[in-house]
Amino acid sequence: MSILINKDTKVIVQGITGRDGAFHTSKMKDYGTHVVGGISPGKGGSDVGGIPVFNTVEEAVKATGANASVIFVPAPFAGDAILEASYAGVELVICITEGVPVQDMIKVTPVLKKNGTKLIGANCPGLITPGECLIGILPGGIFTPGSIGFISRSGTLTYEVVNMLTEAGLGQTTCVGIGGDPVSGLYFMDLLEMFENDPATKAVVLIGEIGGDAEEKAASFIKEKMTKPVVAFIAGQSAPPGKRMGHAGAIISSGSGTAEEKIKAFAEAGVPVAKEPGEIPGLVKAKLGLK
Amino acid sequence: MKIHEYQARNLFRKYGIPVPDGVVCHTVEEVKEKVPNDDKLRVVKAQVHVGGRGKAGGVKLARSKEEAIEKAGQILGMDIKGLTVEKVLVAEAVDIEKEFYVGLINDRNSKSVTLMASAEGGVEIEEVAKTNPEKIIKLPIDPTMGLMDWQARKIALQLVNDPAQIRQVATILVKLYKLYVESDASLAEINPLVVTPDKRVLAIDGKMNFDDNALFRQPDVLAMREVTPDEQKEIDANEKGLSYIKLDGNIGCMVNGAGLAMATMDMIKLYGGEPANFLDIGGSSNPQKVVDAMNILLSDTNVKAVMINIFGGITRCDDVARGLVAALTTIQTDIPIVIRLSGTNAKEGLAIIKEFGLPTVSTMSEAAKKAIELSKKK
Repeated sequence: MSILINKDTKVIVQGITGRDGAFHTSKMKDYGTHVVGGISPGKGGSDVGGIPVFNTVEEAVKATGANASVIFVPAPFAGDAILEASYAGVELVICITEGVPVQDMIKVTPVLKKNGTKLIGANCPGLITPGECLIGILPGGIFTPGSIGFISRSGTLTYEVVNMLTEAGLGQTTCVGIGGDPVSGLYFMDLLEMFENDPATKAVVLIGEIGGDAEEKAASFIKEKMTKPVVAFIAGQSAPPGKRMGHAGAIISSGSGTAEEKIKAFAEAGVPVAKEPGEIPGLVKAKLGLK
Repeated sequence: MKIHEYQARNLFRKYGIPVPDGVVCHTVEEVKEKVPNDDKLRVVKAQVHVGGRGKAGGVKLARSKEEAIEKAGQILGMDIKGLTVEKVLVAEAVDIEKEFYVGLINDRNSKSVTLMASAEGGVEIEEVAKTNPEKIIKLPIDPTMGLMDWQARKIALQLVNDPAQIRQVATILVKLYKLYVESDASLAEINPLVVTPDKRVLAIDGKMNFDDNALFRQPDVLAMREVTPDEQKEIDANEKGLSYIKLDGNIGCMVNGAGLAMATMDMIKLYGGEPANFLDIGGSSNPQKVVDAMNILLSDTNVKAVMINIFGGITRCDDVARGLVAALTTIQTDIPIVIRLSGTNAKEGLAIIKEFGLPTVSTMSEAAKKAIELSKKK
């Protein structure tokens, strides 16, 4: 079992003919993901490495039965790409694109709700159910199937920690990079709930960072609703206030969104917070009663 | 991106939000020229990109033109939280009967533009939020409808009770929302919004920030950008595909990925060192990026050691290592460098670095400890 994606997920790629789109399409295919089509307006009828290209998401969904779409189009057009996928009835949309204006994300939000679309990102590395399906730009080789759910606002920090988990013998059910923007699709809370309901997931690792209060919300959700153990890490303890640390959403503004507040919220919810990433596998094992 | 109060006032004017008359001056001579020769009460305000100007002595009342000139002379050139005051706004002071806070933000939780209002005007809204959160009215706005007149009236009704003022306040809210959305703002505050004894409603102080991600479609906003030398360095780095923020420590960090870069800084601090910067070089192994990044790091004379922390994902570590070697060959420096590579093809990558003659380590914590040790030797 897993959450969101599995071996039956059929994926289309919006922006398949672009440099990044084409490169990561081949990586996803190599991993075994069913990439069933791509979209590039005006290039319908052609193909990219044997994958059929369509002019619209609607055509692609009709022809392939795709239920997930991954977006690689440039930032000015990403909001519209999300809308197109949502109106075409795609259930799960993953937006990799970095730099999408916040107002564009705000505009898509009610549409996603109306159409029942789940969005991951923007500005995210995607997600993976190891051994079954990889959608996005994650390096497949470091993941391994197992029973740990993984949620993170960061890309490379995810790889760093997943690599440690894998080396420690802790495989993963599904790993989701939710992205570093202030307004994005699924948040920690949404995914924690899915992991709580996924029988294969035994524990969850959550990687947060400064900015906003998604971690605090997650902490109260864990306290009230979760039976499975969660281990957390918060990046940005040494970050100065008022500065955007790479991610658009990673900023301490007017004294709120600090790492201290988040760590405190987790501590109060009984969630161990690792002082450094290297401690995470040990904390997970302790929670699971493993050596 | 931040703008000055006077720039926010100009935008307010453009959208029909009333503000008191005022002029912006860079020099005392300009104050002499621009301020009318009368005895109107005016307020001279420092125009800098930090809060707390009043407490720092950057806002002064003037009872005549002569006093305005004198006060401007005191404020211009003043240092407020490390920033030099280069401009002042000399605006007509108004009598205040009531004052309020109104503001718009992008709210992460409701994923909407949210209107906030409070009858507690003129004070720091963050303070009110902490001490009396019930005194802040919040309204998430539906982006498909925008701020509707009845919603604006409903908020206005909680601030004023005279029918004419209700209309004025509601109109200002609707105009502020229009300005906010059309300019891709990330914050728009009127603090305070006041009612004068002659029943006018005026925006006395304004603050606006903008979404950096949307500047590509906001040329008029971009034209208002003013940056400090440190910010210029950050913008230059950005144009090279790097994300850089200068800090006060002495260990330069070069990392791929924002989250890992933050975690690297944290770890240096955890082990008793001080990071000199945040620097995310992104996902590629392009040697040019490494050269650019090294040049930025080494331009900071505080840097006593450099820690390079790379996790190879899609980009393989051996490619990254070759990029690093190519870059480091062109850079002459006696600052010690510690390189940590992990992930895809890490073994091969580390071998390449070792052959080049630089110390390598395989975990982040080792790298941080080593960098701290080397920074102390210098």
